[in-house]
Amino acid sequence: MAATASMMQSFGPNLSAQNDLVPDWTRTEVSTGTTIMAVEYDGGVVIGADSRTTTGAYIANRVTDKLTPIHDRIFCCRSGSAADTQAIADVVAYQLGFHSIELDEPPLVETAAHLFKASCYRYREELTAGILVAGWDRRRGGQVYCVPIGGMLVRQPVSVGGSGSTYIYGFMDSNYKPSMSKEQCLELTATALTLAMERDGSSGGVVRLASISEDGVERRVILGNQLPKISTH
Amino acid sequence: MEKRCLDAQFKGVSTGTTILAATFDGGVVIGSDSRASIGGEYVSSKTINKVIQVHDRIFCCMAGSLADAQAVLKTAKFHLSFHSVQMESSPQVIAAASVLKELCYKNKDELQAGFITAGWDRKKGPQIYVVSLGGMLIKQEVTIGGSGSTYIYGYVDAKYRPNMSREECLQFATNALALAMGRDNVSGGVAHLVVITESGAEHTVVPGDKLPKFHDE
Repeated sequence: MAATASMMQSFGPNLSAQNDLVPDWTRTEVSTGTTIMAVEYDGGVVIGADSRTTTGAYIANRVTDKLTPIHDRIFCCRSGSAADTQAIADVVAYQLGFHSIELDEPPLVETAAHLFKASCYRYREELTAGILVAGWDRRRGGQVYCVPIGGMLVRQPVSVGGSGSTYIYGFMDSNYKPSMSKEQCLELTATALTLAMERDGSSGGVVRLASISEDGVERRVILGNQLPKISTH
Repeated sequence: MEKRCLDAQFKGVSTGTTILAATFDGGVVIGSDSRASIGGEYVSSKTINKVIQVHDRIFCCMAGSLADAQAVLKTAKFHLSFHSVQMESSPQVIAAASVLKELCYKNKDELQAGFITAGWDRKKGPQIYVVSLGGMLIKQEVTIGGSGSTYIYGYVDAKYRPNMSREECLQFATNALALAMGRDNVSGGVAHLVVITESGAEHTVVPGDKLPKFHDE
């Protein structure tokens, strides 16, 4: 298939652009066009993501896991280029594991966030990665840090990311309140992700949720037919 | 560098604005923000009204190129009042929307303007029609448009219910505009809202400091 593609393209860009024999997904980078969200509550964090990975118009993976463990109680939510975010997460997981062994203590979420920021900022011209770092540590409890494209680092009580996030800023602003319980955060995240998945073509599939606290990590999946039904119009 | 510009390329051209319209039990609410900006760097007007009256109980909001939209609306107003004289009665909302659609579709290569038309007529009651950039015409119960609308799709999907009361719908529209203005840097200023029912049209202005505030403000 790859050999055919390169032969076709030598006849000129117009032919290959409209030729159904060479679909656009053979030439487009794999992207986690996505919706990710992380919320702090008193005692931990709740994180969530959709499960769609696309190469152009083709869904390469419809059950992706975008919630990647970096350490026992620190996760990251990945958006942007799938290759870039996987590579960065691997590097940070290694660095953090090493640091934790040196310290002989579980690492801080802030440390993980700074490691992400260091890689994303240094290689900002080559990377397309938007990452939410979330977890629990003994010093500051549940924390969410946002490392968007470009390599900024900011802590926020609630944060959304990915292509689908634009559609749910209004919903998040109006429905998030400080001091919500874990169950309320899970419900808010599931509803917000469902709304984004309904509007964003690059987000969809199932909703993956995880809650991280002192007691550990609890993961759950909400399948497509179990998603909250919201639209009335 | 190019990677960071990807978003702007995919989103396309749209006016720095937020417009919306929603149907409630007995009427419609149509509203917009009031900011006109040049490239997102300079606010050229803080208080322009983007909700234009085309007939007694029919109002339009413009999206896309302001120049194109104004030109089209001027022509449409004329056609509509002429039509109204010929028919010897108030025009239907769909008549106003169709006039806009004809103009947008026939001149689609030159124009870049879309409209939300909302109003009340005796035949079908409250209605909202959307004329998109290429000239498609569809009827909807609730609709949002402009650059600020992307941030409130989730809120509108979750919060809108058919047959709300007038107060609930007004509050819903005010909240939606406030949320969009809070996140979109080219939307802002005051919220212009017009409520259209059988008894007429009422225009309310909610100044910036009276808009609802949310948790992080």
